[in-house]
Amino acid sequence: MRNPQRTEKIAFFFLFLATLVIALPVGLVVIIIISKGLPAINWQFLSDIPRQGMRSGGIFPAIMGTVYLVTGAIIFALPIGLLAAVYLSEYAKDNLLTRVIKLAIVNLAGVPSVVYGLFGLALFVVFFKFGASILSGSLTLGIMILPIIITASREALESVPYSFREVSYSLGASKWQTIRHIVLPNAIPGILTGTILGLGRAAGETAPILFTVAAFYLPQLPKSIFDQAMALPYHLYVISTQVPNVDEKIRYATALVLLVLVLCMNLVAILIRYQFRKRKKW
Amino acid sequence: MDEVVKMKAENVNFFYGKTQALKDISLDIHAHSVTAIIGPSGCGKSTFIRLLNRMNDLIPHTQLIGRVYLDCQDVFSHAADPVELRRRVGMVFQKPNPFPKSIFENIAYGLHVNNIKDKDFVETRVIESLKKAALWEEVRHRLHESALKLSGGQQQRLCIARCLAVSPEVILFDEPCASLDPISTAKIEELILELKKEYTIVIVTHNMQQAARVADYTAFFLLGELIEFNKTQELFTAPKDKKTEAYITGRFG
Repeated sequence: MRNPQRTEKIAFFFLFLATLVIALPVGLVVIIIISKGLPAINWQFLSDIPRQGMRSGGIFPAIMGTVYLVTGAIIFALPIGLLAAVYLSEYAKDNLLTRVIKLAIVNLAGVPSVVYGLFGLALFVVFFKFGASILSGSLTLGIMILPIIITASREALESVPYSFREVSYSLGASKWQTIRHIVLPNAIPGILTGTILGLGRAAGETAPILFTVAAFYLPQLPKSIFDQAMALPYHLYVISTQVPNVDEKIRYATALVLLVLVLCMNLVAILIRYQFRKRKKW
Repeated sequence: MDEVVKMKAENVNFFYGKTQALKDISLDIHAHSVTAIIGPSGCGKSTFIRLLNRMNDLIPHTQLIGRVYLDCQDVFSHAADPVELRRRVGMVFQKPNPFPKSIFENIAYGLHVNNIKDKDFVETRVIESLKKAALWEEVRHRLHESALKLSGGQQQRLCIARCLAVSPEVILFDEPCASLDPISTAKIEELILELKKEYTIVIVTHNMQQAARVADYTAFFLLGELIEFNKTQELFTAPKDKKTEAYITGRFG
């Protein structure tokens, strides 16, 4: 005879163990990076340009480069992603074309980031002759986060109760009025959450910016969207592998700044979602 | 009683995919009267009233054979605009469903989407609608609070006010009291009797007593067919069809 209580205990043990295995690396990453990087963080590190072949000074141009790139990516990806999501969830008929488009979006999310880098190089840098520039990098990152934004926006739009749309129609509103005044306002928190998660992804990726924008070393800030820029993930890669004798503290401090930036974005997303849940009463 | 026919269904058949939900229904809806539609669940009552304001258009893979008229105009003709129709034929749903907006905004919404921008006019109309829906006294000091804070019965009267604000000619009630307590139900019924002076009313209800209390005419639906349609009093006191008699005496359904 099997003892159900013992089976239960064994199951519980393995389930708990698996959960612990997930939590452990996350905690370790945070602890190691903070303990090794925090001592090097000061105002000069955050506000100065890199000096002495990036072995001292700060990472200001890389921080600003990442801010520019992320901003550019969102300016490009949010409107397109949102419009596409509205079309797909509100207007598209369930036919072959729609299914192909939905499949394409899912696949786009699964493409390795280095492939986006090569694609950006071929299309924006070479074909459109934007050169290695903030424009090329932003567009490449924008395409990379499109599927995230579209998927999150579709989920947000589709979670708006059908009864709201029904009432809106019953009052003589057209389809577009219903979307504009009822569906979109109620979907905004979900859309924002998805967008910020996309931002975090764009801020952290190295491969897509490798060939399209990232500068090895630039002592000044970019002057236009056609300039190259430094960026945090690439800078981290450079000082970790390409420049000899960089103090470990500086490497970890750079990683910490990047991590905090991305975590902050995720935190904002969580806060928005929390506010939204609190308000949502249907 | 006014005998003008406001809406008319003529040999209406309706299909969800291959399933036939309504079978050859012909029914006159008289102006300034209350027409109740009764019948067991799944008999096509809701499907039928949702044809009257073309809400079924929103469901894919449906098909209608037959005609529906509003003031002698075919509402399903190519020239007819469903958006225009829904302004004239309003609807109150089973579950109170205010928008997550303020009380004021809920009622002004229908005016807003109909391009009525004049602030004074909108305000007057909002107040007027709240008064007609017997909600004004309860909410006059908190028009700008969220409509979701109201009780279920108040929310349903708000939904009625929202519907009245666009000045419909016909109001369709789809089991409006299904989720309300007896006191709220009584208020809604009282309101319906008041509203029929100005509007033509069609009400779907599970509750036969409710039909007997509020309706001038009653239609009994069974399995997608119209079994009997008559003045309420006659239908309840002297049903012509055995199935009607069985239903109203509580032998099934």
